[in-house]
Amino acid sequence: MIVGSQKPFDEIWEMVKDFKKVLVFGCNTCVAICHSGGAKEAEELASKIRMKASQEGAGMQVDDLAVQRHCEPEYFEPEMEKVRGYDLVLSTACGVGVNFLSERIGETPVYPGLNTTFFGAVTEPGVFVEMCAGCGDCVLHMTGGICPIARCSKTLMNGPCGGTDEGKCEVSSEIDCAWFLIVERMKKLGTMEKLLEIKPPRNWAPGTHGGPRRMVAEHIKDMEEGEAQ
Amino acid sequence: MKSMKSGSNLEKVIASGNPAVTAELGPPMSASPDEVVEKANILKGCCDAANITDCQTAVVRISSIAAAKIALDQGLEPVMQMTCRDRNRIAIQADLLGAAALGIKNCLCIAGDHQSFSAAGRLKGHAGAKNVYDVDSIQLAGILKKMRDEGLQEGGDPLHESPEFFIGSAWTPGGDPMDFRPYRLKKKVDAGSDFIQTQGIYDIEMFKRQMAKAVELGVPERTAILGGIIVPRSAMMLKYMDKSVAGVSVPKELIERMLKAKDAAGDDKKKMRELQEEEGKKIAVELIKQVLDIPGVKGVHIQAIEWESAMEGIVKDAGLYPRPQL
Ligand code: SF4
Ligand code: SF4
Repeated sequence: MIVGSQKPFDEIWEMVKDFKKVLVFGCNTCVAICHSGGAKEAEELASKIRMKASQEGAGMQVDDLAVQRHCEPEYFEPEMEKVRGYDLVLSTACGVGVNFLSERIGETPVYPGLNTTFFGAVTEPGVFVEMCAGCGDCVLHMTGGICPIARCSKTLMNGPCGGTDEGKCEVSSEIDCAWFLIVERMKKLGTMEKLLEIKPPRNWAPGTHGGPRRMVAEHIKDMEEGEAQ
Repeated sequence: MKSMKSGSNLEKVIASGNPAVTAELGPPMSASPDEVVEKANILKGCCDAANITDCQTAVVRISSIAAAKIALDQGLEPVMQMTCRDRNRIAIQADLLGAAALGIKNCLCIAGDHQSFSAAGRLKGHAGAKNVYDVDSIQLAGILKKMRDEGLQEGGDPLHESPEFFIGSAWTPGGDPMDFRPYRLKKKVDAGSDFIQTQGIYDIEMFKRQMAKAVELGVPERTAILGGIIVPRSAMMLKYMDKSVAGVSVPKELIERMLKAKDAAGDDKKKMRELQEEEGKKIAVELIKQVLDIPGVKGVHIQAIEWESAMEGIVKDAGLYPRPQL
């Protein structure tokens, strides 16, 4: 899932304080699962802003609303009329949602209530860990299913740097060293010899280094076009 | 002599069969060349070449290329370090061409400390910097080899003149996961490393075991392994390295020896320092001899960190002075 965490409240207040009519707009998919931007969190954030506004004597109307997904128009289009009635939409969707809504909403500004951080998994209740960086050229079949791009602090391709310490990364003892995990996993799988091959410099273009990316699912497109005819 | 890859002094000493000695020179956080000039003049004569670190500990200093050229002008042969942290493959190759054009002949390929390191938290550094890591250190060694031996850039375009580097890499024999480390060493050599400098060794038994593995893999005959010696200066430093430096473990006996030297000074702070420094130099000399006795080792990389003046005495006491003039 896409993981995000709510921005510090002071930063949010600075963003919203000059608006009169604010909608906190939640998304009930990824960011609801990581407890930062779903209906419940949008409601809580709206009430926090209301409280602050009344303390500050700022006359402000703050409402909340949530839809299932901000990244597909069919989910938010039915609510558009209502959403456009506000001076500001404070979105608690991930950055995708904020971008997408900004392009479609018209004159109303859409601000981010979250810092969108990574694609991750829940390793224990309340703990989310990055697992993939969307590099566009997956190598997990060569690394025992553990990602050296997202999970090694130096995106190394040929084994652990000299900073590994007792299985932890030199950056922090809270971070597992990806290459320690890869080596251990490959040993278990009996495929250590795969790690002895030198991996040449990567082509980073399919990642974020080739400009903004786009993917066309031809079969879906063709199907829809066929139906339209 | 075209059998030489680079014709560097370091390469010549290694080819001559003498044990090689490299040292380390850390450029300052300063726009003045004075400190590099001063250190270069202290180190000159005590080693065959000295590593010029590349913003070591992720702190901004005189660039390794510029400092390497300053050292070269003083008559000290540099081993220019090149990290993968700060440059993409375009900048790396441009800098390699520039360094070669300036007469620099040795290059050490390393990943580099992560930008969050900030001198182990002692300085502000630039923890919020964006890192590069376009290539890793093994890929970097391969790029140097391709430029030198095939006259090609990484992307395939030709070079009018190839940079002739003696290619080096670093090795942490005591790093986790230990059983993979000899294989990683082999990868570095397969990629094109002509010489290897190891992380500081205190645990000789561990190094012996890892070297035996390296011998099994046929590595030492294809590269020159220089064992790393970090000259200890105090019991505190040894304890710190044992606890906090990845891949370094210090046997208890060595720490106890240093503590004994410290205690012998009573309350006299100055004497405490002197006695520990004396003991540290002795330990370094012993380690050098032990490391050079291990099959497959072709030299030593001695780091007297911010203590260059200690080098001469250590090299002399280890029987490695004067350095061969080739
Ligand atoms: S290799 Fe790339 S696509 Fe595969 S998990 Fe890692 S970042 Fe994601
Ligand atoms: S310690 Fe491990 S995860 Fe961290 S940078 Fe080095 S290899 Fe990568």
